Amino acid sequence: MSAGEASPRLGELIEEAQRVLAICNACRYCEGYCAVFPALERRLSFTEHDVHYLASLCHNCGSCLYACQYAPPHEFQLNFPRVLAQVRKQTYKRYAWPAFLARAFERNGLAVALLTVACLALFFMAMALAGDPARLFRAYPDSEGSFYAVLPHGAMAGAFAVVFAYVILAFAMSFASFWPDTGELASEFVSPGSSGSATWDALTLKYLDGGGAGCTYPDEKPSFARRNFHHLTFHGFMLCFAATCVATLYHYGFGWKAPYGFWSLPVLLGTVGGVGLLAGPAGLLWLKRRRDPLLVDPSQDGMDLAFLALLFLVSLSGLLLLALRETRAMGIILAVHLGAVLALFLSLPHGKFVHALYRFAALTRFHIERRRPLPEIGSE
Amino acid sequence: MDSSRIYDLLILGGGNAGLCAALAARKAGLGVLVVESAPIHFRGGNSRHTRNMRTMHAGPLDVLTGAYTEEEYWQDLLKVTGGLTDEALARLTIRGTEGHLPWMKQHGVRFQAPLGGTLHLSRTNAFFLGGGKALVNAYYAAAAAMGVETCYDTEAIDLEIEGDRFIAATVRREGARQRLRAKALVAASGGFESNLAWLREAWGPPADNFIVRGTPYNMGVVLKLLLAKGAKQVSDAMQGHCVAIDARAPKFDGGIVTRVDAVSLGIVVNKHAQRFSDEGEDFWPKRYAIWGRLVAGQPDQLGFSIIDHKSMGKFMPPVYAPVKAASLGELASALGLDGAALEATVAQFNAAVRPGTFDHTILDDCRTEGLAPPKTHWARAIDSPPYYAYPLRPGITFTYLGVATDAKARMLMADGRPSANIFAAGEIMAGNVLGKGYLAGIGMAIGTTFGRIAGEEAARHVRG
Ligand SMILES: Cc1cc2nc3c(=O)[nH]c(=O)nc-3n(C[C@H](O)[C@H](O)[C@H](O)COP(=O)(O)OP(=O)(O)OC[C@H]3O[C@@H](n4cnc5c(N)ncnc54)[C@H](O)[C@@H]3O)c2cc1C
Ligand code: SF4
Ligand code: SF4
Repeated sequence: MSAGEASPRLGELIEEAQRVLAICNACRYCEGYCAVFPALERRLSFTEHDVHYLASLCHNCGSCLYACQYAPPHEFQLNFPRVLAQVRKQTYKRYAWPAFLARAFERNGLAVALLTVACLALFFMAMALAGDPARLFRAYPDSEGSFYAVLPHGAMAGAFAVVFAYVILAFAMSFASFWPDTGELASEFVSPGSSGSATWDALTLKYLDGGGAGCTYPDEKPSFARRNFHHLTFHGFMLCFAATCVATLYHYGFGWKAPYGFWSLPVLLGTVGGVGLLAGPAGLLWLKRRRDPLLVDPSQDGMDLAFLALLFLVSLSGLLLLALRETRAMGIILAVHLGAVLALFLSLPHGKFVHALYRFAALTRFHIERRRPLPEIGSE
Repeated sequence: MDSSRIYDLLILGGGNAGLCAALAARKAGLGVLVVESAPIHFRGGNSRHTRNMRTMHAGPLDVLTGAYTEEEYWQDLLKVTGGLTDEALARLTIRGTEGHLPWMKQHGVRFQAPLGGTLHLSRTNAFFLGGGKALVNAYYAAAAAMGVETCYDTEAIDLEIEGDRFIAATVRREGARQRLRAKALVAASGGFESNLAWLREAWGPPADNFIVRGTPYNMGVVLKLLLAKGAKQVSDAMQGHCVAIDARAPKFDGGIVTRVDAVSLGIVVNKHAQRFSDEGEDFWPKRYAIWGRLVAGQPDQLGFSIIDHKSMGKFMPPVYAPVKAASLGELASALGLDGAALEATVAQFNAAVRPGTFDHTILDDCRTEGLAPPKTHWARAIDSPPYYAYPLRPGITFTYLGVATDAKARMLMADGRPSANIFAAGEIMAGNVLGKGYLAGIGMAIGTTFGRIAGEEAARHVRG
């Protein structure tokens, strides 16, 4: 896409990124920290899309700010991580689908997230009350199939199927406009070599290591805290997701109805994942609050906080549901849990989660490029 | 900072040399105070701008490939200095480097493979991950963890020296003066490259057009005091590392990114649009440090590196965009040159170019014939538009005028005897090893070797 289509705000930001990238390309001292530097060194100049691509390769670890001889207060005012962070928000907005919701990236915050959860939870409560009010506040032994006694399985599954389909579609559409802008073919993306390497990098958070000693996050001292909390969050989320998939299989494949026993596979996966999904987001939030203000783009705090809070709430309500499912509180907790899960999924295409999509696409492109010979851009 | 106390060791200057001295002395048990004139963000002087250290090694070592023997290193140094070096101190520096690598890692410095475009240095130079500022940060963190005391924004402005013995230093901080006493002193406050008045004294009016590539804080105050109070001088005020950099660079602190690597691919003219030197005499990294002086010798200290479309993108990307034009006439007017003169110079050059096979990676056979000055390699006609130009000015990296030292890093007094308790390390004494010329990565080698020795010897002196 041409720069002419960009909003002025975006235009200025892209120009600033281009200025900064030209300095880094002439310097290269940070080459060993992450994938961004080898990728930028393949270029002599940077198109708007190069800027989006490079920004999505960056984890905002901070190493290249502390190492930079041109960092503020130097007159070059070079703050590479912050510029790239600001670009990423614009990337998210630019490729958002449906596009009219792109503004959510500006407004997304804790209040919006919690309000959504509350609305959805109230909706589920109302649904339960509409049937038989007494059922919502009753205690059920597991043997009576507690959850579906409150809310019909069909309604729950239906709502989630629709939302899930929406999320998949939204990501597919965003990706479908992002990828061609890179100039790479779709066939390159699906070639197993590059996307395989990208998957490995993504699952291991390879570049979230500051070149080996750990990221300078939350402050100048290298540490692996952020990588570890991110692992807990991501893998916790995946375990919870796996629990849901297994449960769905149980339900439709074998006709085994929830709730499942404590030692059953879905509950075990969900419990372990849930603990990760409590500790991970809590840890990330804790680190975030101690973050060097030089490195953050404050306009994204709301989005980040909303996402972490939703993950935490999903996990907390899920674990509470497990612990209290035979008590009278179950109905309300179930409604809150379902509300939180639904709110989380609805927010995925227009919240912090999208970083995963663009990062993965960028990493894949990085590996595609890496397989090509270095362009002849000379040496000193 | 406590003026009632007598410190074991006072170190003036918190760059690489001063910090190496601090770490070594503290390790040996001394109470150490480092006084640094810059604010915290600009601490670390020129060391903040470095990227690598030339390192001797018998076989592959960490990020270094192959072997780089003491003899080869020494021969390389001998060549660039034309013999203006103290062999004993030079060999001491060279031999030291092999052991520096693990020592540096111990103190938090990390290394990386050579940067894109610098593969020719993969055998000889060990690159710092994140560059010199990351190195300096690591040393400050290690020093703080070991209990070294550091004061920023604190400039040494006077020294009390009795005979060959240091007594106290006067420092200025937030306008107030304090007298600091110590049993030993390490002078590690760099050369005088940031001092425009002193540069003018040495070079005359041309110095007004020099750009200082590194820190604005190396004013040479301590150097001047030591020389005035009886130290023996090495090298002279006109010696130093001076390269041709982009004329649009900031007056101070532009660092590595302002260099222009296009020179050997085209021609360089002065403000009268005349060529003045062989642009293709040798590989650029070897000639890099010569062009500063060449440009300094031209009217208004200005040069213009001119290339055509063929050469664009065939060198490390400079930070400033080139001046670009569709014809030589337009290029000349954009640069403020006489269009006819530039066209004539280029036509003359083009006519003198002999056919050859262009290869920028070797000393190829593309040269001029019957042209003065000639271009002896990589000469190709400048004839495919668009044309590009980079304006050049002399960029001063650091100066070599310094105090003489011995192998224990003790400063020598004018009569040649070592001072009782004054040590020197880094740029302030680099002239012992570098009488003239430059070898990439030797600045950090000198600073690390003599910094460590100074710290250890100061400890030996203080502890008795
Ligand atoms: C752009 C650039 C790139 C370079 N790249 C390399 C490279 O890759 N490899 C290499 O080997 N060399 C390189 N050099 C040379 C190298 O920087 C120096 O040789 C080396 O850093 C000198 O270290 P030092 O500790 O003696 O001086 P510095 O690092 O300059 O430290 C001197 C310190 O003393 C302080 N100071 C000055 N006066 C006073 C005072 N009166 N009181 C208190 N403090 C004072 C200064 O603020 C400064 O922090 C480069 C230089 C520049 C400018
Ligand atoms: S962030 Fe600074 S030190 Fe790192 S490559 Fe860019 S300009 Fe160089
Ligand atoms: S902040 Fe970290 S991940 Fe981002 S460019 Fe800098 S070093 Fe790379």
